[in-house]
Amino acid sequence: MTAALEITRLSKHFGGLSAVDDVTIVVPGGDRRLLLGPNGAGKTTLFNLVTGELKPETGTVRLLGQDITRLAPYRCAHYGLARTYQILTLFPHSTLGESVILSMLGLRPERWNPFVRIRNRAAYWDRAVEALARVGLEAKARTRFGETSYGEKRRLEVALALAQGPKVLLLDEPLAGLSSEERFGMRALIESIPREITLMMIEHDMDTALEIAETVTVMHHGRVVAEGDRASIVRDPRVKEVYFAS
Amino acid sequence: MSLAFWLVQTLNALALGGLLFLLSAGFSLIFGLMRIANLTHGAYFMLGAYVGLSVLDASWGFFAAVLLGSLAIAVFGAAVQRFILARLGDRVLAQVLVTLGLSFIIADLCLMLWTGDPMQLAAPAVLSRPIEFYGYVFPGYRVFVVAVSLLVAVLLWFLIERTRLGAMVRAAVDDMEMARGMGIRAPRLFTIVFCLGCALAGMGGVLGGPILSVYPGLDAEMLPLALVVVILGGIGSLLGAFIGSFVTGFIYTFGQALLPDFAYVILFLPMIIILMFRPEGLFGEKSG
Amino acid sequence: MNQGGPLLVLALCLLAPLAAGEIFYINVASQILIAAVFAASLNILVGYGGLVSLGHASFFGLAAYAIALLTTRWGYGHFAAILIALLFATLVACVFGAVSLRATGIPFLMITLALGQTLWGVAYRWADLTGGDNGITDVRRPVVLGIDLIEPTAFYLAMVGVLLATMAFLNVFVNSGLGMSLEGARDQPRRMRMLGHGVRMVQWLAFVISGFLAAVSGICFVYYHSYIHPHSLGLATSAEALLMVIAGGVATLAGPLVGAAIVVVFKMVVSAYVTRWVMLLGIVFVLIVIFIPEGVVPGLLRVARRFRVGAK
Repeated sequence: MTAALEITRLSKHFGGLSAVDDVTIVVPGGDRRLLLGPNGAGKTTLFNLVTGELKPETGTVRLLGQDITRLAPYRCAHYGLARTYQILTLFPHSTLGESVILSMLGLRPERWNPFVRIRNRAAYWDRAVEALARVGLEAKARTRFGETSYGEKRRLEVALALAQGPKVLLLDEPLAGLSSEERFGMRALIESIPREITLMMIEHDMDTALEIAETVTVMHHGRVVAEGDRASIVRDPRVKEVYFAS
Repeated sequence: MSLAFWLVQTLNALALGGLLFLLSAGFSLIFGLMRIANLTHGAYFMLGAYVGLSVLDASWGFFAAVLLGSLAIAVFGAAVQRFILARLGDRVLAQVLVTLGLSFIIADLCLMLWTGDPMQLAAPAVLSRPIEFYGYVFPGYRVFVVAVSLLVAVLLWFLIERTRLGAMVRAAVDDMEMARGMGIRAPRLFTIVFCLGCALAGMGGVLGGPILSVYPGLDAEMLPLALVVVILGGIGSLLGAFIGSFVTGFIYTFGQALLPDFAYVILFLPMIIILMFRPEGLFGEKSG
Repeated sequence: MNQGGPLLVLALCLLAPLAAGEIFYINVASQILIAAVFAASLNILVGYGGLVSLGHASFFGLAAYAIALLTTRWGYGHFAAILIALLFATLVACVFGAVSLRATGIPFLMITLALGQTLWGVAYRWADLTGGDNGITDVRRPVVLGIDLIEPTAFYLAMVGVLLATMAFLNVFVNSGLGMSLEGARDQPRRMRMLGHGVRMVQWLAFVISGFLAAVSGICFVYYHSYIHPHSLGLATSAEALLMVIAGGVATLAGPLVGAAIVVVFKMVVSAYVTRWVMLLGIVFVLIVIFIPEGVVPGLLRVARRFRVGAK
């Protein structure tokens, strides 16, 4: 069975520092993988290496068997990789619906066409509203990005990624900065993502994240120090050491 | 092409380089610190030259001309920065519009006050004496210009690297948020640096008067040269402005002397190639 | 947004010079429309693409020179000359775009400036081809459908046609897949890449389209003046277009028209009454930045909205 995401011996150094050191992670299809580790463990760097925003020195990344190690982010997107970001970087002048349309356009040939109107076309707009409905934002389709709340912006992030119909979705701290109520909603949202989409998540809020996750990989100083299902990781003394020692 | 020819051209190139340094050091500092592309800078250079001209006409002497030329532009620049540019934050397009608008105003003002005739700014006799060196004769004024620009370069280096003001400038250029957190008052710092940059441009204008003459359109000719220097040398880098100025001075001078038909191409083509492979310039810092 | 109001205003503005009747005003209006198309082409890059160029006169001037040379020296008919001029200028835009877009921001500005100045320098010095400082004169206007465009009203109507076609295209462009992708690339290039967009390719396509439209305006320009000079390739021309775009309001359809109107009216009309019109124009720019920094059109819309809210 081809793994959804196969990271093999990936390494990246910055100056003298090993940000990611000989990391191997295999994520089977449909998995809900949680990447844990203290600040500076290399988790976001690992995400950047997978998406192609950073180039690794050694190692390979395979997406459903396809080697995407040296591919630029936009090519990886076309192979079915999607990602959300820790710091919200979305489109300030657009409405939520328009942002989703931009996401949908990323994989469609219409993005090169200057001669056909798209912005208010029913076909695109309806699809965008559908995508927003999946995260509960359909009522805000015509609202400008600047007028939405932080929690809504976080949900928009997920909507943009899901609108592409990805095969593997990387979530970078999806719960960051949310109130307990919003966290509850986001958890439900993540749990409602169908099994066809494999999830890998970085999260600091361990309590909620551990309830969503099925498998956990723990990183420290750029290396993988523990891996296993949720129950065993929670009991693992090494994990406690990683968190309390640093 | 005799050796005398080459030596004279070299001196011309050095003198032009020195003037370009005075012009572009200020531009580079202003951009490095405040992220403002001060497109009025060519006009400041020209206005300084015209002010210097009037001071000379009033028989107050060359030194007074340089001093008052620099001062006038510094004051003007301070007002512009304080009352107009400071309110714009980092809105690039508004900056472009206002700095170009100001250059229109200054250019027309000069036309109005000093008419459109090209004028020669007379170098003082004491500085114009020919200097003899191993049998070759050099125009003294150009040597003077080179000497002054080197002195200014050293003083600027000292200011940036060894004084408290310079430390504040360097801190703010590196990381504005951090600098503010440490109590550095950005608004005042900005005005001071902007003043300094404008003063240098004004000084360059007066000192350049005897060499370049003073005429309408001088601003439009100097601005692209300043931009070439800053891009070659890297934005915000004093060393870069220094080296870039003299490289540009040499290319322009020898280009004009040897291949006048291609002078402009020779100047801009290397710049294009450098920018294609190193967008931050030769000495600039790579931006995110 | 309701399209009726603005279209009505546009129609009135376009008809006004004809109603006024005087040849002088019809000619000024023609110049405004030519400048408006030039500014609108730059607006694609600056407003919608976030790419500030100081070398856009390159394509404007190249197309103009091509027409001048093809029709006065090399014996081509107008139809062929226009096609060749457009093709040539667009090809140059393809090359310049590829070179310039290796950078963004200020380095991009500098490369476009350098490319433009290089062309200007070549035009100035290669006097055998371009006439150098004398330029090329005696460019005759074409005869279209039996109507000689030497007649001011006929030429003006042709310019109206060109403007309306340009506006119609831009109206579709900003709402098209490429147009939306361009704006997304302006705002969040990193995010756009992660969403599958080829940001550089989008910007290059926009650059080429923008260069094509600039060429269109350059062709109209040389036909209007019957004369071309290296100045039309230079920094001053590029800077003027940039000022029109910014003053009018970037990333709006009407902005370039308003900006062009302001600059041309000052150059052609105000200059007859006020000697210091250049200074006055500079003051207008400074005042725009102080009071309506987002540009005239967005500024007026803002004021109009407040009136409407106040009236309620």
